Amino acid sequence: MTRFITSGFSHFILFIGILIMIVPVWMIFASSTHTGLTINTQGLQMFLGDSFYENYLRVLLYKGGFFKEITALKMFLNSFIMATGVAILSVITSLMAAYALVYYRTKYATLLFWIIFVTILVPLELRIFPTYSVMAELNLVNSYFGLIVPISASAIATLFFRQFYKTVPDELLESAKLDGANTWRFFVDFLVPLSKTMIVAMLIFMFVFGYNQYLWPLLVTSSEQYWTVVMGLKMMSGSIVHRFAFVMMSMVPPILIIIVLQKHFIKGVFQDK
Amino acid sequence: MKKVQFKSSYSQYLFLAPQLGILLIFLYWPIIQTFRDAFTMQDAFGFGTQFVWFDNFLFIFDDPAYWIAFKFTIIYSFVITLITASIGLLLAVQANNVMHGKSAYKTLLIWPYAIAPAVVGVMANYFFSERFGLLYHLFNNLWGFNWYESVFDSYIYLIIAGSWKQISANFIFFLAGLQAIQRSVIEASMIDCKNSIRRFWTITFPLLMPTTFFLIIINITYAFFDTFGIIDTTTIGAPSGETRTLVYKAYMDGFRGLDLGSAGAQSIMMMFIVLVITIFQFRYIEGRIHYN
Repeated sequence: MTRFITSGFSHFILFIGILIMIVPVWMIFASSTHTGLTINTQGLQMFLGDSFYENYLRVLLYKGGFFKEITALKMFLNSFIMATGVAILSVITSLMAAYALVYYRTKYATLLFWIIFVTILVPLELRIFPTYSVMAELNLVNSYFGLIVPISASAIATLFFRQFYKTVPDELLESAKLDGANTWRFFVDFLVPLSKTMIVAMLIFMFVFGYNQYLWPLLVTSSEQYWTVVMGLKMMSGSIVHRFAFVMMSMVPPILIIIVLQKHFIKGVFQDK
Repeated sequence: MKKVQFKSSYSQYLFLAPQLGILLIFLYWPIIQTFRDAFTMQDAFGFGTQFVWFDNFLFIFDDPAYWIAFKFTIIYSFVITLITASIGLLLAVQANNVMHGKSAYKTLLIWPYAIAPAVVGVMANYFFSERFGLLYHLFNNLWGFNWYESVFDSYIYLIIAGSWKQISANFIFFLAGLQAIQRSVIEASMIDCKNSIRRFWTITFPLLMPTTFFLIIINITYAFFDTFGIIDTTTIGAPSGETRTLVYKAYMDGFRGLDLGSAGAQSIMMMFIVLVITIFQFRYIEGRIHYN
């Protein structure tokens, strides 16, 4: 009986927690399906209206009045390119760097370790103007390369891969050596397949990280052709319901990825079995 | 370290090259420039720069606006850490407690983690707008809430906006921490202690210490850096600069004021603060908690 009561209490607390998370998002979504007039006269709405298609299609495709040169659709494409680029570039470079740190014996091990990991203490926000001037000198402002590479300069994934490699039994390398595998073959044929869960988790993590960038795209893209969704929030104009619709759409891709790939993400990050 | 390794050879540097190359060009080079900016001053006509020792640093220490931002950053990170960790822990304990629907609760609470801070800020904006903001009007009826003018109210606004999504990250990590505790430990403690609340604080919570300290660092980093997007889409420092974090102020000084010397000095101060927190964590906290 007490078990039943305490579990009822738990459900109640969790229910309130979920409400706090869902209600604000739901209200913006419900409001985004109304007309601007309804919002202006009656405020935020709790129930759905009937301007869903009208509002969302306009935001996605309208060019000229709403956004001067770029449609929201193009912004989604840019965000997708940026996030995918950040995920792939940072995961590949981290996977390789962590391998070199864990599987090679060298007297510079400590030095190399510090050169790579001290960078975690200096987020992009702390070196944003100098990074911009480096990009300007290299002529990389207003390019996908300029959006992607400075965000990929991160050793966080390297840290995770390093931790993971350390849990791999020594016997694996011993038997691989007996089979005559060289460093490259051991990496590609043994370690990478073994790290699959971790790789998927880090791809998800870095994708969301890249997609959610706000300040850097704002600074490095003066041409609207390279605007991303999240920075576009700062630039959007137009009727309030169109802004609601844009905000709603902007959060769909990362949320969808986290919910659909939740198991892989959690499995990798916490190294669950 | 591993007992079995490859001998060092040029191939090691081939594996390191991509990451080291990117870090050197896009991280170390800008950091060196930050230091150069911080110790030089551009003359008024933009003809040249002059080495000025610590003038830029003395200048920011003399600036009351710097200490206002300093105070806000400390309060903000403290309150956000406290709120998100407590609510995250509360929810994680309940989710770990229920027999049915554990994974459904996980899914329903994990997604806000994925929302960009700037998106959260824009949403918060709608709930705190004077025109139709529900929370604005609720608080306004309660105590005359007006974040455009009251510093306290603008703190409340940013604390709510900043905490909302971060609860989710705290929940996930605490839940994972709780699930990692061995059943046998919990079962043994159930025999020794019948009071479940006391059992939690004497057995479970100490076992969660590594998670807690990890989350404190994560939350402080979030409050320092990730809240930029929230502030820039909500108060923009309103009423008059009281709700700017150090990172936000440094950016504004560099961008609006084009004062790269001051922005560089502020960045270096921030690096110093992050370094102190990190050392503190390693020296005093990691040594005192138990990992199993």
